[in-house]
Amino acid sequence: MKHIVSIEDLDKKGIMDILKRAKDLLPVAKGKKKSKILDGKILATCFFEPSTRTRLSFESAMHRLGGSCIGFADPSATSHLKGETLSDAIQMVAGYSDAVVLRHPREGSAKLASEVSDVPIINGGDGAGQHPTQTLLDLFTINDEIGKLEGLKVGMLGDLRYGRTVHSLSQALDRFKTKFFFISPESLAMPEHITDELKGKWSTHESLNDVLGELDVLYVTRIQKERFPDIEDYKKVAGAYKIDKEVLKNAKTKLKILHPLPRVNEISTDVDDTKHAAYFRQAFNGVPVRMALLEKLIGGKK
Amino acid sequence: MSGNLLRVQPIRNGTVIDHIAAGRGRKILDILELGNSGTTISLLINVQSKKQQRKDIIKVEDRELDENEIEKLALLSPNARVNIIRNYAVADKKKVEIPKFISDIVECPNENCICNNERGATSNFRLIDEDTIQIQCTYCGRKIEEESINFL
Repeated sequence: MKHIVSIEDLDKKGIMDILKRAKDLLPVAKGKKKSKILDGKILATCFFEPSTRTRLSFESAMHRLGGSCIGFADPSATSHLKGETLSDAIQMVAGYSDAVVLRHPREGSAKLASEVSDVPIINGGDGAGQHPTQTLLDLFTINDEIGKLEGLKVGMLGDLRYGRTVHSLSQALDRFKTKFFFISPESLAMPEHITDELKGKWSTHESLNDVLGELDVLYVTRIQKERFPDIEDYKKVAGAYKIDKEVLKNAKTKLKILHPLPRVNEISTDVDDTKHAAYFRQAFNGVPVRMALLEKLIGGKK
Repeated sequence: MSGNLLRVQPIRNGTVIDHIAAGRGRKILDILELGNSGTTISLLINVQSKKQQRKDIIKVEDRELDENEIEKLALLSPNARVNIIRNYAVADKKKVEIPKFISDIVECPNENCICNNERGATSNFRLIDEDTIQIQCTYCGRKIEEESINFL
């Protein structure tokens, strides 16, 4: 048994195995083929803060593989409010299930859970920390859309300072000789503790237009209002980084745009029907990727 | 009267912490709360050592430092030496070493880290750079440098 607390828990081969298996499972994920791989297995989804997309895609993945789910979507219905510790809750839930997906507002909670659990813990997001299954589905999407992961030019745009998805994704992509272009206002730049550890080439830019023509992938994140003390500053920044058809005139025809969703208005809806838009397929890809991961962690015979 | 030996008398039983980085002695005294144990403590500051360098020395009477205290000491002054004294003789010499994992002695500076928010949880750090004494929380991943280490 192994836990998935951080994307660092998987080596390059481990990542590629999951992506390959996820691809094989696509017909099952789409409901075109039936599977009983996880027949009789139970997944517990413990969400100490809401995250509809993550929870539903895990539950869908589990059901598609013939397993079932128990859990909660909101901690107000649990003993958490009565003062139960996370360790106690996890030990209890581990007794009822074959694996646990944990979503928790505090950093390090999945690691703590992995220390007390008898069954695999899957980190479904821990505060500003890690969200490894998001990273896996991002990698799967890039690989699926472009046809490879090795040696790509990847732009990351928006809130690079607080966005944990871009932190984990850049760490993971760094193993594939990626050239990074970090595009953001200075106040939301990629933190040094991330860039310091990148082995590959990277550069920072304030304007998307300067680098857009070079990119194979553009990963867009939401810029949150709360990050700006002054609403006028927010509007200025949000406006400057908005992507629409007009902006994309200078892009490679094969450029793919990803976004972890939900979007607010950083990508105009007129982009949705262009060949660049990969974000809805990306959201769907959460299902086959989580299926492959669940099979790896709790599957028996293939 | 001259010579370091006579400046402070040898102790019969206890611990001598030698080769403390000059100036660190007082901080060690504070953090290990050596003064609170009711035994006699001698602190020597800026003692001339053989290699023309200055060092601090602490002598703790009637008390032997435990492993937990030695780990803290390692983080405060990695080159210190601990001599356990029994009946005026050195009964045991311990070279302090920063452990690879530092459990329950350093506070995680991340207020949102689970180790600061869960009843009964202990802080855990791994040593990532022995020379600069950089450590990393095994839960939230926060890295801290020597000068920002706060002890529990």
